[in-house]
Amino acid sequence: MLEINNLHARPTEGREILRGIDLAVGAGEVHAIMGPNGSGKSTLAAVLAGREGYEVTEGAVTYLGRDLLTMEADERAREGLFLAFQYPVEIPGVNNMYFLRTAINAQRRHRGEPELDAGQFLRIVRAKLKLLNIGEDLLQRAVNVGFSGGEKKRNEIFQMAMLEPRLAILDETDSGLDIDALKLVARGVDQQRASDRAIVMITHYQRLLEYVEPDRVHVLQGGRIVQSGDKTLALEVERRGYGIVEDAA
Amino acid sequence: MTASNETLQTVRSLSQEGYKYGFITDIEADTAPPGLTEDTVRFISAKKGEPEWLLEWRLAAFRAWREMVQPDWAKLHLQPIDYQAATYYSAPKQNAGPTSLAEVDPELLRTYEKLGIPLREREALAGVAVDAVFDSISVATTFKEELSKLGIIFCSMGEAVREHPDLVRKYLGTVVPQNDNFFAALNSAVFSDGSFAYIPPGIRCPMELSTYFRINAAKTGQFERTLLIADKGSYVSYLEGCTAPQRDENQLHAAVVELIAHEDAQIKYSTVQNWYPGDAEGRGGIYNFVTKRGACRGARSKISWTQVETGSAITWKYPSCVLEGDHSVGEFYSVAITNNRQQADTGTKMIHIGKETRSTIVSKGISAGRGQNTYRGLVRVQPRAQNARNHTQCDSLLLGDRCGAHTVPYIEVRNPSARVEHEATTSKISDDQLFYCRQRGLSAEDAVSLIVNGFCKEVLKELPMEFAVEAQKLLAVSLEGSVG
Repeated sequence: MLEINNLHARPTEGREILRGIDLAVGAGEVHAIMGPNGSGKSTLAAVLAGREGYEVTEGAVTYLGRDLLTMEADERAREGLFLAFQYPVEIPGVNNMYFLRTAINAQRRHRGEPELDAGQFLRIVRAKLKLLNIGEDLLQRAVNVGFSGGEKKRNEIFQMAMLEPRLAILDETDSGLDIDALKLVARGVDQQRASDRAIVMITHYQRLLEYVEPDRVHVLQGGRIVQSGDKTLALEVERRGYGIVEDAA
Repeated sequence: MTASNETLQTVRSLSQEGYKYGFITDIEADTAPPGLTEDTVRFISAKKGEPEWLLEWRLAAFRAWREMVQPDWAKLHLQPIDYQAATYYSAPKQNAGPTSLAEVDPELLRTYEKLGIPLREREALAGVAVDAVFDSISVATTFKEELSKLGIIFCSMGEAVREHPDLVRKYLGTVVPQNDNFFAALNSAVFSDGSFAYIPPGIRCPMELSTYFRINAAKTGQFERTLLIADKGSYVSYLEGCTAPQRDENQLHAAVVELIAHEDAQIKYSTVQNWYPGDAEGRGGIYNFVTKRGACRGARSKISWTQVETGSAITWKYPSCVLEGDHSVGEFYSVAITNNRQQADTGTKMIHIGKETRSTIVSKGISAGRGQNTYRGLVRVQPRAQNARNHTQCDSLLLGDRCGAHTVPYIEVRNPSARVEHEATTSKISDDQLFYCRQRGLSAEDAVSLIVNGFCKEVLKELPMEFAVEAQKLLAVSLEGSVG
């Protein structure tokens, strides 16, 4: 589903951060990318989602057989690539429900499907809300405005549940959450595992992985993936710190 | 290149050809010779068959105007206006004035259909009575009979002068005197038509009253005058919409609106102003110099202005409330958009005279392209206005780095018990917001439109339902720089 070959990238004004990433993620798989601060985790998420302000200097990314890097950010989204933001953005005055319906209908139009009317939309919303234990009041508020840290993250996962992406990239979705909020969010993610969906979790800590068990774990350091393995690698990193991989590299 | 820059480039590249109301109706007109003298004023008054007192009233205004100079304190750059080159009266030719819609020139009716204003009652939006003003003349008023059963008068100003002279004489100029300011004096001298409404005591007007203004003829100024009186305990909601054809020269629009609310009466006045804004280089467009003022004469009366200003090359407009009655309430909700070379200097005046008077001001200015947007507002608390309250919120949103937003609040408080609050913010649509929307699948344009609508929400929710939808679309369109 996603194939990254020798990806080099840097902020438009800045030094190279990604220095030759190779990664292949197949449908139905859950991958975790771990790494210390400054290793390039968030840059990788930004480049994959098509955020402006980054330049790919070398390498290629193929998504569902297409050259991902030539697609605009909104086109990537409509093609089923979802990014759960580390810092979800506030949009004052825009009702959360309205925002989500606009997004879903933009994606449905793209796929040639009929748009959802308010009633159909609401039925789907109610079903998915249960999944994440989110109150309906959250939906009537402006997008992320005045949300607590936990509410923002849950809202991201709720959006993911509604948009049903092919590829979901979760950028530090576990950061800033207490253990109860983490469990809720993690359960929401875990329930969205599907045979036609790939999930890439970017995280600093291993604790999220206790609830969403990854098929593969990669350690990112200095802009490269320096080690890959199964879930035991995450535990090893947790126990011994990121120093281990430096020795291995 | 950032996403917002890209959006702006799209905005810039789209031509103004999209102004959907830019057509010209080919119609025979009865037109005054260009120029403005006492004779012009007499010509207009005679054309309209006015009584002597009104002619004298106009002449007094003209004499006052002659002694005045065009104000230059607003933050506006405009070409000098040659008042002697304009035409002050242009009426579509008809026989004696229509007595029913069947007699209205079909070409005119087609124009209004193009504008989306169905004049024929059976086609009309249920619950909206429309008075349509074409160039200078009020063409037809719908639902008149139904309203008259309740004692509500809703007609053109010309008709009001003929049919209800006592009411007109009693109220005309009592809120905006002839010599109030340069443009009001000009209007008072040459006003051609406009709408008149009177709501009798205790009546809640069952439908929205609505006027559509349209400038059609070239080199013509439009000077309509609206007078709205809500008698004791009555309620009325009034809507006003405006369009004009696309022309290369600037056209002058200098209207006056006077509102009077008696004891316990409420007036809600909503405007969607979409005059031709000129092209991307700033050629053409309407010069919109408008004086709007409401007097809360009686205790517990309330006047609420809501405006969505997206059109005109120049907007100079300060819908105001004079809060004379104790416990009276004034409100002003405004969205003003300037794109390309548009300039707006708009705001309000809240004059607190009575005790326990309250006012609320919510102003949202959006600047794009090379647009310049100024909020200018006065809150004055007079010595007798015990416990007066005002809250002002004034937010500016910038798109791009070539536009400007300015806030000029004047606060004068002469009573120590007053509480006056002023909040102001200026922000840009952030790249983060745009990216967040686009990551969920919205195109850059849809994202801008969504964010802007969110920014204006507090104002848009004040509009009557059928107008709110139109206004929302208009906002998107104004920012894209093209219709559709």
